[in-house]
Amino acid sequence: MPTTASEPIPAVRMRKVSKAFGDNVVLNELDLDVAPGERVVIIGPSGSGKTTILRVCMTLERPDAGTIDINGESLYHEPDGDGLKPAREKHIRQVRSRVGMVFQHFNLFPHMSALENVALAPIKVHGMPKDEAYELGRQLLDKVGLRAHANHAPGQLSGGQKQRVAIARSLATDPDVMLFDEVTSALDPELVGEVLGVLRDIAEEGTTTMMLVTHEMGFAKEVADRVVMFDHGRILEEGPPDQLLHEPAHDRTRSFLRAVLAH
Amino acid sequence: MGELILSPLRYERLLEGLSVTLQVLGLAFALGIVLSLVFGVARLSERRWVRGIALVYVEFSRGISSIILLFFMAIAIPILLGLEQRSLLVLGGVALGLNMGGYGAEIIRGAILSVPKGQTEASISLNLTDAQRLRYVILPQAMRVILPPMGNLTIEILKGTALVSLVGLADLTLALRKLDVPQPGVERVPTMVLFANVLVIYFVVAQVINGLFRLAERRTERSYGTRAPIEPVPDGVETAGAGG
Repeated sequence: MPTTASEPIPAVRMRKVSKAFGDNVVLNELDLDVAPGERVVIIGPSGSGKTTILRVCMTLERPDAGTIDINGESLYHEPDGDGLKPAREKHIRQVRSRVGMVFQHFNLFPHMSALENVALAPIKVHGMPKDEAYELGRQLLDKVGLRAHANHAPGQLSGGQKQRVAIARSLATDPDVMLFDEVTSALDPELVGEVLGVLRDIAEEGTTTMMLVTHEMGFAKEVADRVVMFDHGRILEEGPPDQLLHEPAHDRTRSFLRAVLAH
Repeated sequence: MGELILSPLRYERLLEGLSVTLQVLGLAFALGIVLSLVFGVARLSERRWVRGIALVYVEFSRGISSIILLFFMAIAIPILLGLEQRSLLVLGGVALGLNMGGYGAEIIRGAILSVPKGQTEASISLNLTDAQRLRYVILPQAMRVILPPMGNLTIEILKGTALVSLVGLADLTLALRKLDVPQPGVERVPTMVLFANVLVIYFVVAQVINGLFRLAERRTERSYGTRAPIEPVPDGVETAGAGG
């Protein structure tokens, strides 16, 4: 894939990505580039399609049109002579392996312990020997402050703990790009801090590209390189958090921020 | 009570019959589970033609009277294929297994659908293959929903095995009917007593099946709690109430 030398290949490049559910257009020819290591916070009213941005990057929804490149490789298309053709499952899996996602409702595997949740993909997808995978799992649980809970089932953990296990599980696949879909929205207020703390740690390492959909504006201001205001399937405006959150150009952004901060 | 107990020789006959019943059941169960899994999963395939074939099988196997199928298989197929009488047992098991698979496939399909969609999405985000997702994520959770009705179905099939006596296979039911035929020089046992004994035998077998499924259910439930450490926890790391 040709690129100019001055410009690094974006970790995520979305071009004219469209997605509709029936008559409801949630992504309308969206263009979005995310640089390697960049932390982009996506905000916008509910129903604006911001979660769908993450879901099409994770192949949980197929876009109706447009292209998505991960590290310069097309996610849904593969080379066919001079052009592109729809990618086969094998190609999609290969490109997708660079992406990880953390969900609003954790989606931990309830029949496995915390450690088994984290070690599953390294063992089954990456073919790592079991003892190595469990050691990796313990290290990652340690990183999220849950080493002592390695043998607990998700049903025995609090919401905040579950979400931290889910983050460790995603980290275990060593993704270049991590997608965070309202990861604190389902938590009791007093548990939000522990999850944001883990996100902050990942952000500080600076190696992982992060796309976060969140309503935590304080957190966005702290970790984001860029905030994207999304509305009606398109980017309404974007910019550094200080500018966008304090001096937005659009009235709609202003009223959205007022509503979020008031709550 | 004494007059309810049969002679050792009669019990021997009944146990020979029971052995055939259990073989037919075992065969039907093994085939039925495989067909249930294959067609239950196929019913949810992304490919329309796969779903179509599975639907045809399910409707066919549920819609056809098992006794007609049994007669067809036991009488027509040996003639068509020139098989020996001995394969009656296999044919009986296959007929009942085909029947079980149709119902079992619907149980499995429903159970798979009962697993929250988020589990599939998490599996995709971890890049598991479709087969791995089914094997490690979806089916283990579907088990909770599969086991109770599958236990019922197995007991239904146990009772269904009595049909094989009608095509001349010497199962428990046929052994019973033979013992009930008056024979010169042999003292008769009241029909009611014979039936009472066989009733108890079927009941006991059904209870054993029940118990096995309960055991499996308990094992499935257990995985939702704390389990023993996968490896010994290194010194100095507290386990925070984990254990047992």
